[in-house]
Amino acid sequence: MIRKTVTNVQEALRGVEDGMTFMLGGFGLCGIPENAISELVRLGIKDITCISNNAGVDDFGLGLLLQKRQIKKMISSYVGENDEFERQMLSGELDVELTPQGTLAEKCRAAQAGFPAFYTPAGYGTEVAEGKEARDFKGKMYVLEHAYEANFSFVKAWKGDDAGNLIFKGTARNFNPCMCGAAKITVAEVEELVPAGDLDPNEIHIPGIFVQRIFQGEHYEKRIEQRTVRSRN
Amino acid sequence: MLDKIGIAKRIAREVKDGYYVNLGIGIPTLVANYVRDDISVEFQSENGVLGMGPFPYEGEEDADIINAGKQTITTLPGASFFDSATSFGMIRGKHVDLTILGAMEVAENGDIANWKIPGKMVKGMGGAMDLVASAENIIVAMMHTNKKGESKLLKKCSLPLTGVGCVKKVVTNLGVLEVTSKGFRLLERAPGVSVDTIKEATEGTLLIEGDVPEMTV
Repeated sequence: MIRKTVTNVQEALRGVEDGMTFMLGGFGLCGIPENAISELVRLGIKDITCISNNAGVDDFGLGLLLQKRQIKKMISSYVGENDEFERQMLSGELDVELTPQGTLAEKCRAAQAGFPAFYTPAGYGTEVAEGKEARDFKGKMYVLEHAYEANFSFVKAWKGDDAGNLIFKGTARNFNPCMCGAAKITVAEVEELVPAGDLDPNEIHIPGIFVQRIFQGEHYEKRIEQRTVRSRN
Repeated sequence: MLDKIGIAKRIAREVKDGYYVNLGIGIPTLVANYVRDDISVEFQSENGVLGMGPFPYEGEEDADIINAGKQTITTLPGASFFDSATSFGMIRGKHVDLTILGAMEVAENGDIANWKIPGKMVKGMGGAMDLVASAENIIVAMMHTNKKGESKLLKKCSLPLTGVGCVKKVVTNLGVLEVTSKGFRLLERAPGVSVDTIKEATEGTLLIEGDVPEMTV
């Protein structure tokens, strides 16, 4: 067994520097690497490029890094829930690259799986395809999109083991599996870290080969963005 | 004339037995409430769930189980969770049978604009560009005119496009229209709405063939 466990978040984020590109898992606030984000805030590193489907809310998730103006560029599909984000974007402090959600996921997965690029129909004929190669396959037009390159992936899973194997829960899975192994170093934080052998190999969602460092996260807030319920009557 | 619930009820009749359906935010979300209960349908949410159920009872919300609108949801028997690349693989690979979404503008050639108004805050396209570029069967749910009373069914979209030549059908508060190679063909009128009213509210080419029936909702 190749051991991936590190003792804490400080050790897990060793090597992060100003100007790096990070992938961060999560959809809205669901399944975000809360511990890694807090540590990035504490380290105060600057000029970060973040590849993340969303940009958090003002006081949680990536919003915490935006508040401290640590992010230079966001690559996302939807960024609607954050006033500070809007202010920095409109003032030109923050560079934003909006990417169709499925393309964003696939650009991560392509990096994981060793594809330099792929063709997708998403965005053909729209402004996101401007300047990109387009090609006809069987009478339908597709746009060439390139795999992302990143220094670190920060992902969050439900359970993990010392070998770096991961199991996700519910829709907190989202972009996390696609980002594992898609950057030079993948750091996984888990709610429950167990010894290798405790997880059933049949149940593993992401094999440890895609993960370089794993640690047990702390104090998960798991904030709900839109609490919707129905009445019992 | 239909209200938003009326539009949702009419679109629910387009959902057939055995369909996997992706619902957008807004009126499309309401469609789930009006699908016949004697047919089997599964709702997909692009953040990674098939077999979406209703909102949870109070106190049973789970932060790890949400839909693409970031609302807490439940799952039904037979449900599954998956990652975002797999989710869009379902969409791009045409495994999802029907996509229902809202729009700001639809053009008579099937172009759709629903993600950006120049000069206003741009929130992003989310999964809309992937959905419209891939789905074979796309129904747009929207009001026939905007708040200023201007038609949203146009010869050519004025806003930045989400996708080209992709919309098949539009259900509005005034009627049901099919996108054809010659323009919008009026299939049904909403209750109490005349053909003339629809003509007046449609800037794009409107094709009227024979007597256009009034819909039953």
